[in-house]
Amino acid sequence: MEDRLGMGNRWRVAILLLILTILTVPILVGYVWILISTFSQRTYGLIPVDASGQVGGLTLRNWSFLWEDPNIWKVTLNSLILAIGLTIGVVLVSSMAGYALSRISFPGRRVFLGTTLVLHAFPSVTLLIAIFFVLRWISRIPILGRDIPIIGGFGYNTLGGVILVMLALQLPLGVWLMKGFFDHVSWDMERAALIDGCSRWRTWWQILLPQIRPGIAALAIFSFISGWNEFLIPYTYITDQQQSTIAAYLNKLLSDTAPVNYSQVAAVGLFQLIPVMLFFVFTQEYLLSIFAGGAKGGS
Amino acid sequence: MSESASTVQALEAGKAHYPEEKASLRSLLSPLLFMAPAIILVVVFFFIPVVIVLAISLTDMSTATGFNNWKWVQFDNYRRIATHPNTLPVLRNTLMYVALTLALFNVGMALVIALLTTHVPRRSGFLFRALWLLPRLTPSVVYIMMWKYVAADAPYGILNQHLLGPLGIPPTNWLPAQPWLFVILTNGFIGASFGMVIFTSAIESIPYDYMVAALVDGCSLWQRIRYLILPLLRWPLLFVTTYQTLSLLTSFEQILLLTEGQFGTEVWSLWAYQRALSNYWGNFQWGFGAALAAVLVLIGVVMALVYMRYFQFNQLVQEPKIEAL
Repeated sequence: MEDRLGMGNRWRVAILLLILTILTVPILVGYVWILISTFSQRTYGLIPVDASGQVGGLTLRNWSFLWEDPNIWKVTLNSLILAIGLTIGVVLVSSMAGYALSRISFPGRRVFLGTTLVLHAFPSVTLLIAIFFVLRWISRIPILGRDIPIIGGFGYNTLGGVILVMLALQLPLGVWLMKGFFDHVSWDMERAALIDGCSRWRTWWQILLPQIRPGIAALAIFSFISGWNEFLIPYTYITDQQQSTIAAYLNKLLSDTAPVNYSQVAAVGLFQLIPVMLFFVFTQEYLLSIFAGGAKGGS
Repeated sequence: MSESASTVQALEAGKAHYPEEKASLRSLLSPLLFMAPAIILVVVFFFIPVVIVLAISLTDMSTATGFNNWKWVQFDNYRRIATHPNTLPVLRNTLMYVALTLALFNVGMALVIALLTTHVPRRSGFLFRALWLLPRLTPSVVYIMMWKYVAADAPYGILNQHLLGPLGIPPTNWLPAQPWLFVILTNGFIGASFGMVIFTSAIESIPYDYMVAALVDGCSLWQRIRYLILPLLRWPLLFVTTYQTLSLLTSFEQILLLTEGQFGTEVWSLWAYQRALSNYWGNFQWGFGAALAAVLVLIGVVMALVYMRYFQFNQLVQEPKIEAL
């Protein structure tokens, strides 16, 4: 898209970049501080200092959890399973529902869209107790409740259960987003497919989904982020240490050790940032390749 | 027109094999299958819990009563809210916090960043969007710690050390001095990325032909934004405004970590949380907390309805052009 908007004007690009940089300064400064502080004993502003207040005091001790605590890799893996499971689930369920809401006529479309949005108005904290009862109830279902490999099942105290709860909480976002993107896809393509004898399912999967890849990428990013970072829900519904996630690990650092080593907390925080950043780069590259090659059929 | 007429014929022909009633059942089957997973999830994890919460708000359930000894108190909890001395100040705080953060960051800044990053070379746009996504990606504990160090008193604070000190302004801890500024900044820098990602995707999915047509017609950058991009962003704008209003109304995590509601920054959802789940005296008042949440939902619903009227929601949910199959 580099030149698609006729950006021959270098001055204009330079001015736009300047405005962007100024707006972004607080973020830049903040994250430079985090980076510096994870390698320092303490900091005065952005300057690393040692215990007596002299400039210096650089150290690797804050990162030692990476090689000293084997638990970190277990919780990282759990977080990864949670985030990936949630992303796949949200994208599938919302793109199916979004397609039906946008493209098929049936009674109750408006009501469904309205209700899901209203449900988002319920603070998830207040639903915690009620959802606890529901998960306990699912646990009693054989196999589905607690005997599925990797995710452990869909009941209480399993990763699968947490995925389902978070999936439901993400649905207002997913359904609304997908519906909006499906609305902009040309009717002719779908009509042609249907006339040629394509079923609704194949049309959805092979014709329409490839058209809304930017929307899917946006939704995937948000789902991955919330799965990866969510603290409250896994913390509340998973009591088994073996199933714990990295956000809960971070919280344990804050509550266990006294006095709290904030530089180490920042180091774990930065470590937790890496996979999400990679995921973002990956989805953006994916987007980039669509615009370079034009929209293709098939998936 | 002729094309759609032939479609109708083709579809009629396909339908002709079935008796009338069977055909209409069949036509409901495929939307139902597409909707089934979403409907089941919404009912099990949203609808049932919401009903349970509303029921709890009519009881005196708390740690003291446990799950067994509670009793129905009808609308007592709501009456308590109506007469509570905190109600008005907290309500005013909440509305101010939501309105300012939403206008300045979650919609305003989001739109500005999305427009700017889609009108500079792709790589730089991508870099800036990644930077703006950082606050959302960072665990909130670490993110809030960062802001606390920005505001902290000398010699630790970044503001005092590198900006205000050299200007000769006496150092202080700026968090208690300007609590609302920091509440809005911390939430705003997280909130802006939501709209940014959605607006960017929407701008990038605008058909190439439209842009070319606008260029051929000699539109300036501003004209393209005003007459081409913004009108096509109506659904995302409605969605981001509404969704983020509700998110802001119910969000309290950052405020809890930043000020714990001190310095006059108590908002409604934080109040509900502190009453229901994190009480200084150890008595969790689930009934009263649920009632507080219900009032918050009512405020959210009213605002959502206003937005929908304003953005002409009904027009955005048009009937599909291809009829039942």
